[in-house]
Amino acid sequence: MSLSNIVDLIRIALHAMVPLALTAVGEIVGETAGLFNIGLEGILLLSAFAGAIGADFGGPLVGLLVGMAVGGVVSLLFAIINTYWKGTQMVTGVGINLFAMGFVAFGLIQLGIPGHHVVAETGHLMKFRTPLGLFSPMILVALLLPFVIHWFMKRTRAGLMLKAAGEMPEAADVAGININRIRLVAAVFGGVMAGLAGAYMSVGWLYMVTKGFAAGRGFIALACVVFSGLNPLLALLAAFVFGFFQALAEWVKTLPSKPIPFEFVSMLPYIVTLLVVSGAIGRVRFPKFLGVPYKRE
Amino acid sequence: MSPQEAQRKSRLLRGIHRTVTGLHPALESLMAAVVGLLVGAILMKIWGFKPWEAYRALIQGAYGGGYELSNTLAWATPLILTALTFSMCLRAGMFNIGAEGQMYMGALAAVCIAYFVLPPGIHHLVGLLFAATAGALWSLVPAALKLLRGVSEVISTIMFNWIARWLGLYLTLNILVDPIRSEKSVSIPTSARLPVLVEGTSLSYGIFVSVAFALVIYFLLWHTATGYELRAAGLNPTAARYGGIRNKRTMFLSFILGGMAAGLAGATIMMGMPPTYAAFGGFPQMLNMGFNGMAVAMVGRNHPIGIIIAAIFFGGLSSGGGWMQILAGVPLEMVNVVMGAIVLTMSIPELIRVFPAIKNGTYKLIRSLRDGKGKAVEEGST
Repeated sequence: MSLSNIVDLIRIALHAMVPLALTAVGEIVGETAGLFNIGLEGILLLSAFAGAIGADFGGPLVGLLVGMAVGGVVSLLFAIINTYWKGTQMVTGVGINLFAMGFVAFGLIQLGIPGHHVVAETGHLMKFRTPLGLFSPMILVALLLPFVIHWFMKRTRAGLMLKAAGEMPEAADVAGININRIRLVAAVFGGVMAGLAGAYMSVGWLYMVTKGFAAGRGFIALACVVFSGLNPLLALLAAFVFGFFQALAEWVKTLPSKPIPFEFVSMLPYIVTLLVVSGAIGRVRFPKFLGVPYKRE
Repeated sequence: MSPQEAQRKSRLLRGIHRTVTGLHPALESLMAAVVGLLVGAILMKIWGFKPWEAYRALIQGAYGGGYELSNTLAWATPLILTALTFSMCLRAGMFNIGAEGQMYMGALAAVCIAYFVLPPGIHHLVGLLFAATAGALWSLVPAALKLLRGVSEVISTIMFNWIARWLGLYLTLNILVDPIRSEKSVSIPTSARLPVLVEGTSLSYGIFVSVAFALVIYFLLWHTATGYELRAAGLNPTAARYGGIRNKRTMFLSFILGGMAAGLAGATIMMGMPPTYAAFGGFPQMLNMGFNGMAVAMVGRNHPIGIIIAAIFFGGLSSGGGWMQILAGVPLEMVNVVMGAIVLTMSIPELIRVFPAIKNGTYKLIRSLRDGKGKAVEEGST
């Protein structure tokens, strides 16, 4: 393995890290407030699709904004059901995933070639040309966001309120904090970040959408969150590790001599997720009221 | 009115009220189905299709006659089983999203029996047994991880779905591969195929397997002590623990039974779906059956009998979807959209109370507007 190979591998890993990191950090904010969104996979898929269409019409920035808006709207629905209407979060998430799967496949058929849509050349988010290859500017966003969120959660009043909503909603309610509103805002932020991640995948990275596009990334992001124990910086690290294994799988597939069947390499990120999660659990603690709707007595 | 009459009347009223309250779950499922179909209709309208025609084609294609109904039941066969997987674990308080992967493993285990030569009846039994065991084993790992390491079963079952998918692809195309046709696995021999029930359709004796399994689960949950413990552990784990129920045991049990159901679902497809009786790479015959099972479980209110009814509804959506595509030109994927909308709606608890709540909210809003602006209007008029 030569040096340029390693650089390539890291470059692909960084690109694969972006959607995972953005989604995971958004979800950390949501989970801190007490909402567990298993529908991230569906949000990624929907926003990738919407982002691609937006980019076709108005260029890359419009694409990203459309993706964020779609993510925000979907998670607003999720949040309303699970705060004001006291819904079951898992079931809502499963519903979002099913809906997204059907909707995107349906939409792709309506766009022409079934199951496949390529973003127009004018809609591509440009990548920076560096001596080491092409890099997307979104990598910078993904690297900075966890630090901002970390500062926000540790150092601001709003961050503490967020924590209170997930950890001890009753006490926070007595202190005059509107639990449902905080959870709503947190979940919508998470959705917007997942939307940005989805739009990045279609507009800034792969330049296309297929119906199996999300490929479990929403769930891997959830695994990153579990691994991080709600610390955005650790989530970034986890996202890079998972991105690296995805890149490795892609790289092994292209090798002329097949050292391992590609099916096993494709399995690798999921197995690593399992191993990491089962190794990491035990020391991490989650908000007490994660997944429980808040009801006033 | 004499006192007796009044008493009788009040008793009658109470009876009616109780019946209606008892029907609430069914009514909510019905409402969710209506909402889901409405969402689908709106989307079709936006894209320029004719929703009314599409749904007519769908219903006719699903329930229009004996042939159509048989195909609907054929779709319902695995759905009943995968729905049982999800609902068994939910009854015990856990979210088992892994029906998809457990089903793949069961299906491949069922394909393995092609290598044995056995007399018909026994061959069937061995196939079902293999599939159930494989499904149960595949679901045991997440259960063990949950128990030993505290890993959320949601994450681990999802990861196991993906692992099962790639492992299944490898096994189908490399180990169990048909020596003549390299795109599929070996076919299950005639001595192990579940006979077709209605000539010309895919409906096989597999439907009896799934209905029987549903009835067994029903009996287990509501007529045995184990089932009682399982339900109690799901409703309130702490209270159940104080009551002397071994939560870990009920958890394992629910995962094993759920895995068996999912494995059997794979077997009913492999052993009962004409014409090839073999697995293909990517599992086109089984794709998403495990996830759709969750929708069925929700609409069936996690009750075995409700699940059978809901599976016939969802099976109808899937089998009628083909007709919708042919007659009204609406892509088959619309069915998934409708299913997703139904599940989303089902996640709202006490759906039936949402409408009175909206009504009250509107009244309150109108009243507050009237009280706030009412004076101004009065002053203006005088």
